[in-house]
Amino acid sequence: MAQMNLLQAINNALDIAMADNDRALCFGEDVGHFGGVFRATSGLQDKYGKERCFNTPLTEQGIIGFANGLAAQGSVPIAEIQFADYIFPAFDQIVNESAKFRYRSGNEFNVGNLTIRSPYGGGIAGGLYHSQSPEAYFTHTPGLKVVVPRNPYQAKGLLLASIRDDNPVIFFEPKRLYRASTGEVPEEDYQLPLGKADVVSTGDDITLLAWGAQMEIMEKAAEMASADGISCEVIDLRSILPWDVETVANSVMKTGRLVISHEAPVTSGFAGEIAATIQQECFLHLESPIERVCGLDTPYPLAQEKEYIPDHLKVYEAIKRSINY
Amino acid sequence: MNTEIYNEGPVVHKPVFIDGHSVEIPILKVLQQDGTLYPGAELPEIDQELATKVYKTLAFHRVLDERMVAAQRQGRVSFYIAALGEEATSVGGAAALKDQDMIMAQYREQGALMFRGFTTEQFMNQMFSNEKDLGKGRQMPIHYGSNELNYMTISSPLGTQIPQASGYAYGQKLQGLDAVTICYFGEGAASEGDFHAGLNMAAVHKAPVIFFCRNNGYAISTPSDEQYVGNGIASRGVGYGVKTIRIDGNDILAVMKAVQLAREYALKESAPVMIEAMSYRLGAHSTSDDPSGYRTREEEAKWQAHDPILRMKNWMLAQNWWDEAQESELFEGLRDEVLAAVKVAEKIDKPELQEMVNDVYDVPPKHLQDQLDALAEHIKKYPDAYPVTSGRL
Repeated sequence: MAQMNLLQAINNALDIAMADNDRALCFGEDVGHFGGVFRATSGLQDKYGKERCFNTPLTEQGIIGFANGLAAQGSVPIAEIQFADYIFPAFDQIVNESAKFRYRSGNEFNVGNLTIRSPYGGGIAGGLYHSQSPEAYFTHTPGLKVVVPRNPYQAKGLLLASIRDDNPVIFFEPKRLYRASTGEVPEEDYQLPLGKADVVSTGDDITLLAWGAQMEIMEKAAEMASADGISCEVIDLRSILPWDVETVANSVMKTGRLVISHEAPVTSGFAGEIAATIQQECFLHLESPIERVCGLDTPYPLAQEKEYIPDHLKVYEAIKRSINY
Repeated sequence: MNTEIYNEGPVVHKPVFIDGHSVEIPILKVLQQDGTLYPGAELPEIDQELATKVYKTLAFHRVLDERMVAAQRQGRVSFYIAALGEEATSVGGAAALKDQDMIMAQYREQGALMFRGFTTEQFMNQMFSNEKDLGKGRQMPIHYGSNELNYMTISSPLGTQIPQASGYAYGQKLQGLDAVTICYFGEGAASEGDFHAGLNMAAVHKAPVIFFCRNNGYAISTPSDEQYVGNGIASRGVGYGVKTIRIDGNDILAVMKAVQLAREYALKESAPVMIEAMSYRLGAHSTSDDPSGYRTREEEAKWQAHDPILRMKNWMLAQNWWDEAQESELFEGLRDEVLAAVKVAEKIDKPELQEMVNDVYDVPPKHLQDQLDALAEHIKKYPDAYPVTSGRL
């Protein structure tokens, strides 16, 4: 085991993936010699050459279009979009092309080798164009997988699984956590399963569900609730699409209550999808309405970021509302 | 850092603005309409066998287009896109390439697929979206594709294949393959962001891709003078630092010559090339469109005189490689063949219900299989409402 922060874990996963498969490539804006603005690709160009790790022109639609072509050809592209906020120029290439390649061709061609990495989320004083959490947009598109890790151990295992998964995967990295802390990460090659939630801690009174950077907030709120004698089951969804209905439903059937939290605006956010499914699966077990603690339906603010964020206090209040319903 | 322009460009001390038209882009013409070559023109590599195959492909193209437009009018197929008047661009392009080269087309390049050997039955299976369609009945008619023939399945959103072709070609290059990618698009698609993204990516990363613009004058109803200003699409190739040639797209020998040279260059220099083929879309954009609403009969008649198939026929006759008896035998045979194939394909079953959820992912995930199971139960309850699939559950 080594101590790594989230960025080092990602860099380590990319290194392993490129060493393991000489058809794997990393590219994106500033990804080459500089190693990316967050340094996720540091050292890879030195190790694997300019042909396999390189800077691209400033064209998100070009990066993903290029990556789609590479993947269709049999290469293993790992494309970086510098900030998730800037993934939208590539939206057409992702939702109309990557997602539908295999289906529309009857599996004559596919881009299953494609992985798109992108830092997402707020809490870094980034304002409205460096803080968004766009995962829900992509969950509305069949054919994609959407994955969000919460710590260095997960980042490495889930990224390696994403790169080797035979479907296009969008891998959103919580940039607030990039250097926030370190954790134990095995140095060897390992994968964590996609589509499987992780029960972080067990409890009996209420289920708290989130993913990525929001997990820290859930754990903090669970601690506060625990002081009040409320036992929380905390679940990290990890894969947003497909998502692990079974684990969440089993938990809610046990606890009878559910709080879901994400940073993105509440309207049409993925918490809505989860709430709809869980009320269908667990209707007779629910003791109170499913709570959503999410961002406001505004662009992500700068000066009022602290107010905007669905923080541990907002989650704690939701827990109490649910328990006292 | 590229400091060449700053340090080595010519310097003036009074302002000079450059007009796009001051960059003279010549147009390559080899074959005249009467079947004779222009003086001094160089032939592509072509012999009687290849020429005959090319001509037969052109004939098949025309017959298929005529028959399918008629079939659409009769309500037998829902939609069709013909390539009347610009068949030489796709057939000539494919004839100048090797079988291992990837073709990434827009939607009006069925001639390239024909040249590669896609059969009449395969065309029909796609258009009738039956269970033998390689695309499993998922896309509208004319969205063909074949892995075996290195012809990427057509995608409807315009221009998306352009940056993809750059990536595909880059992958071929990294593997050291004796292969390039040709990327077809119309002058309308050249307005899309993907065109600019794709050209730039290929130029910067030196991908062996041939960008082939069919400049056919119209994007649905929008004439090219409302689509772009400046010196055609070729000038944009030059702007991106891509070696570029403009050719007569109705002259199949010019098409073949340009694509043969482009392939050689792309491979040897490992770099993109752009070809702008000037042509004219004699027919409608699609069967949903009526060109009489936006252009004159006179304009169309003028272009009918540039018929690329007739032009090649005239050349074949002049070479004594073809005669009128072969001509009528070929066309009659093809018409019968296409009609017979229509009758077979329209009777073949539609894909099974399971195909709705196959291929969304490599393996259908649980939520998709659950949705399909629920749908199957529903269909079993109301079989008459879903006659296509209910009988096969």
